[in-house]
Amino acid sequence: MSSRRVLLTGVGRPIMARMARRLAAHPDVDLVVGVDTHEPRRLGPVRFVRAELSNPIVGATLRDEGIDTLVHAGMHTAPRAAGGRRRMKERNVIGSMQLLAAAQHAEDLRHVVLKSFTVLYGSDAADPGVFSEDTPVDRTASGFTRDVIDVEGYATGLARRRPDLDLTTLRFANFVGGVEDSALSGFFSLPVVPSVLGFDPRLQFCHAEDAVEVVVRAVTDPRPGLYNVAGPGALYLSQAIRQAGRMRLPVPGAFVTGMADLANRSGRVDVPTDQLSFLLFGRVVDVTRLVTEFGYTPTHTTPEAFAAFLERRRQRGVTRRDLLALQQAVAARLRQPAGDA
Amino acid sequence: MLDALAEVLGDGLPDHLDRVAEFLRRRFTGDYEIDDYGLDPHLTEHVLIPLVQPLYRHWFRVASHGRDTIPPGGALVVANHAGTLPVDGLMLHVDLWEASGRHPRELGADLVFETPVIGHFARKSGVTRANNRDADDLLARGELVVVFPEGFKGLGKPFASRYQLERFGRGGFVATALRAGVPIVPTAIVGSEEIYPLLWDARQIARALGLPYFPFVAQMLALPFLGPVGLLPLPSKWSITYGEPIDTSDLGPDAADDPMVVFELADRVRSTIQDMLTTILMGRQSVFF
Repeated sequence: MSSRRVLLTGVGRPIMARMARRLAAHPDVDLVVGVDTHEPRRLGPVRFVRAELSNPIVGATLRDEGIDTLVHAGMHTAPRAAGGRRRMKERNVIGSMQLLAAAQHAEDLRHVVLKSFTVLYGSDAADPGVFSEDTPVDRTASGFTRDVIDVEGYATGLARRRPDLDLTTLRFANFVGGVEDSALSGFFSLPVVPSVLGFDPRLQFCHAEDAVEVVVRAVTDPRPGLYNVAGPGALYLSQAIRQAGRMRLPVPGAFVTGMADLANRSGRVDVPTDQLSFLLFGRVVDVTRLVTEFGYTPTHTTPEAFAAFLERRRQRGVTRRDLLALQQAVAARLRQPAGDA
Repeated sequence: MLDALAEVLGDGLPDHLDRVAEFLRRRFTGDYEIDDYGLDPHLTEHVLIPLVQPLYRHWFRVASHGRDTIPPGGALVVANHAGTLPVDGLMLHVDLWEASGRHPRELGADLVFETPVIGHFARKSGVTRANNRDADDLLARGELVVVFPEGFKGLGKPFASRYQLERFGRGGFVATALRAGVPIVPTAIVGSEEIYPLLWDARQIARALGLPYFPFVAQMLALPFLGPVGLLPLPSKWSITYGEPIDTSDLGPDAADDPMVVFELADRVRSTIQDMLTTILMGRQSVFF
């Protein structure tokens, strides 16, 4: 195995920093350059470049450092953190476009790994119950979903123009349970968790450790192609709320956008308001191809990933274990012969 | 106080309370599993089926025939669809559950999943949206997949054309069975046609509301006298009959792309079910007994 020289975008997020460190520690990897607008706390041997994706310095680094593997994980998912939805679109779409254009002219580049998102399948009553990689994406999409579809499009375009270059697209479900949690974790920390009256979406999560491992493998042992990455199985939103020991607040569909704005204003969550149909129908993907073709079996199923997330948060209040103990105590008391107490 | 209760109500009580407590604890802490398609066996077996069972046993008194022909592996159960509301789907679910201990996976229309409450309870009981990808996957997993190829045309047909099968769509269900190489089980449901005799379909209202039909059923005439009680389904006597499975494996998956094969097989399934219905109806003494 040749020595890899890797450039990783979006390294400012803790989980990406972890990916970068893991890559840097890998024996087959010579150099890891991390790019982002802010520097994460611990990067170890990773060389950090502070830049927007659209900055020409990124292209210069690709060429000058003889980078052979580009990991594009720099898409912004949370509007407020990205500086508002318009800014987010600008950074996602234009940033990716310029990054991939620069990649086209980087002669040493051989592998591109794109961190994509299962959101591009959309969420609709007319969708299949489970999405495979060959399920058509949501063509009518707007907002973040549109960004993801566009960026995947630029990446396939690059692979077409540079036949010597192979592309691995990884469509991730929401991360939970690792060094960092996605927007969804804020959702489960709200005092009451809003849901849409009369709907109960199915959720799917990807444990952060699995995400890190999949990206590391995609770099060190490339299996080009398109893969869904998620913990097998699913949870209903109602079920996840119960497991988190939270109260559910069903809101009539008409008020959902208003509620989301209100929740965003509380500062505890940063939910893109263009993703609200997700609260109606949810999204579950098929990970067969990840297991059979990519050769990776997630270590955490969706329920396990969510349990790990709850464990990490050290859930206060009544837990499942407390209730089980209570039930057993009552049962034991009932079985005692009368008058024995 | 617990001791007193236990004394008064006898030995069975602790076990019963224990089971209820176990159910509630698991339910309210989310301690149960669902599958990818959203089937929630915990809810279905402890709540949904027990809710429907009285209707199955005491109201419609469903008689079940030919249960031993249901294949042990993946199979496509194809049944007639009638009765204005899809009560036949519920009865067939209970019957197949009692017959095989497996939860049948019904393929439903988009409208089911767009509808609040109904949509998610349908999904939790094992229904998924009718599409090739999901049907292929479920059959490959060895599930019993149920289709009603008549769809809304069957449900919303006038009382006068009861037990006359509508067109079986484009035969998509046959192509699905061919791709998976699973047998098709023709199934005849008798009794569903009489529960809500559809007298008039208000097409204009249906179109305005985006519904497949807008039924006026016989019970609505009784509404002024009986109130909401009048809207109960009529207690017709039901039977569910499973026919001899039709093997599709010898035709091979490529046959799924051959419209002639698909149409012929769809037609064969349709006429088998029509013949089963006719035979059963000839032997029927009364609609209600």
